[in-house]
Amino acid sequence: MVSTSNAKKKMSLQKKHNLIGWAFLIPASLLIFVFCFYPMFQAILLSFKKGMGEAQTWAGIANYSRILKDRTFKQCLFNTVFYFIIQVPVMLILALILAQLLNDATLRFKGLFRTMIFLPCATSLVSYSMIFKSLFAPDGFVNMILTKTGIGAVDWFQNAWAARFVIIIALVWRWTGYNMVFYLAGLQNIDQSIYEASRIDGATAFQQFFKITIPLLKPTILLTAIMSTSGTLQLFDESVNLTAGGPGKSTMTLAHYIFNISFVETPKFNYAAALSVFILVSVAILSAIQMKVGDSRD
Amino acid sequence: MTRKIKHFISYTILIIASLLSVFPLYYMLSGATNKSIDIVRGRLIPGGYLVENFRTLVANQNLGLAMFNSFRNAILITIISLLVCSIAGYGFEIYHDKGKDTLMSILLLSMMLPFVALMIPLFKMFSTVGLVNSWIALVLPSISTPFMIMLFRQASRSFPIDIIEASRLEGMSEIAIFFRMYVPIMKSTYGAAMTVTFMNAWNNYLWPKVILQDNASITMPMLVANLKSGYSVDYGMLMLGVLICTLPTAIIFFCLQKSFSNGLTGAVK
Repeated sequence: MVSTSNAKKKMSLQKKHNLIGWAFLIPASLLIFVFCFYPMFQAILLSFKKGMGEAQTWAGIANYSRILKDRTFKQCLFNTVFYFIIQVPVMLILALILAQLLNDATLRFKGLFRTMIFLPCATSLVSYSMIFKSLFAPDGFVNMILTKTGIGAVDWFQNAWAARFVIIIALVWRWTGYNMVFYLAGLQNIDQSIYEASRIDGATAFQQFFKITIPLLKPTILLTAIMSTSGTLQLFDESVNLTAGGPGKSTMTLAHYIFNISFVETPKFNYAAALSVFILVSVAILSAIQMKVGDSRD
Repeated sequence: MTRKIKHFISYTILIIASLLSVFPLYYMLSGATNKSIDIVRGRLIPGGYLVENFRTLVANQNLGLAMFNSFRNAILITIISLLVCSIAGYGFEIYHDKGKDTLMSILLLSMMLPFVALMIPLFKMFSTVGLVNSWIALVLPSISTPFMIMLFRQASRSFPIDIIEASRLEGMSEIAIFFRMYVPIMKSTYGAAMTVTFMNAWNNYLWPKVILQDNASITMPMLVANLKSGYSVDYGMLMLGVLICTLPTAIIFFCLQKSFSNGLTGAVK
């Protein structure tokens, strides 16, 4: 008798806990639904409509076919893809090398190095854009050094490739330390005895890095790759503040372009929504590819 | 011998990387204390022009207002976000069942949604309810992030379940267990979460630029972005503005650095 009533009590207690659990996670979930999923749904709807303000009519795929003819879009797409292809691998490899160096127990001043390399992350995107804008200004510090060493000054922001180069340098400076911290955390979770065992088996440092470190770090590498991909495809602050998209539109990113056609020029919300759906699909596809690649290397 | 060579290479690379990381920040610091013309001439040692630069900055921009707005927004976002996300992460882990796990994977999908895609509908939503230029519209979309929920969920895994059982036997309510047991024990996770949330909130630029369109709601990053307009840039004033905008996040980062790396690795302290 006693045991059944206990079991009953336990059941109801479990039910109660279950309900409390739901109550705990409802505020956060609701906010994400209202301010992420609902706007996403709205953006997709908007992209298939046309008209000003509230007078919206269906437009079919008109906004999407317009993308194909948009030269500014093509330029911005090229810029964004270029940043993505060059900057993400360079930054992640650098971060991995630095993390690997810092994971050496016999090294001194590790904390100091880690802090210094992570320090750029404390600056806001607008702030560091301004610092790099000054450093690479026609009369800035970089040109002064280049002139003194006899290489000669470069007009960084008047030449498309030079300006893109500055953006990439700035991005690598700002984000390498950030990714390094993730790798360091991942490396510290790898059991040192694996390395010792492989050393006894005669593995070189190179072999250890490629056969032990990389495979065991794979989840972290995947995480940072996905974060960087989505971050690069959404680049905005740097394009606006470092180069103002110029010269011409040769450094403008997609996000910058979407902002301009929504809030700077006469608002074209529907077309902007179509462009943003394009970014959404790109991020989703690239992340899916990265996850697939990450899986198949097992 | 090989160890010595290896160390030499390691130190060289790390020193170069550290110097490159710190130099632009040093440039900012020395710039803030120098006259614009001296900065252009390449002066790299701190000068005595800090007060002058500050006067120019205050004369040109409403620094006090921007500081107040930025602090209010960032503090509000941080407090509410930590509360909402930590209790959700705790709920997802401690009371987990199939339904909650499914919900979590759906929420994680929102990590894939680029903010540029959301900003136009968000702007429309807030303008229909007349909240453009209000801090409510600025704060609301930044509160709940899947990253924070996941961080707390992950950290809750290392939270000893015995403590919950014992507290239940003592007759503590579930919500009391969360606030009186979980929160104090997970200090380092809260430290890490606070650092990340405050920095993101303080540094956010795109959403404030979209939703805050009057001068009264200007934030620090917006103020810094304004400093470059005009033909001749006063580099001293610009660098001081950048420095002031960077100080709060830098201070928080230094104070919470330890708990930041501990919290990210999921250590319980």
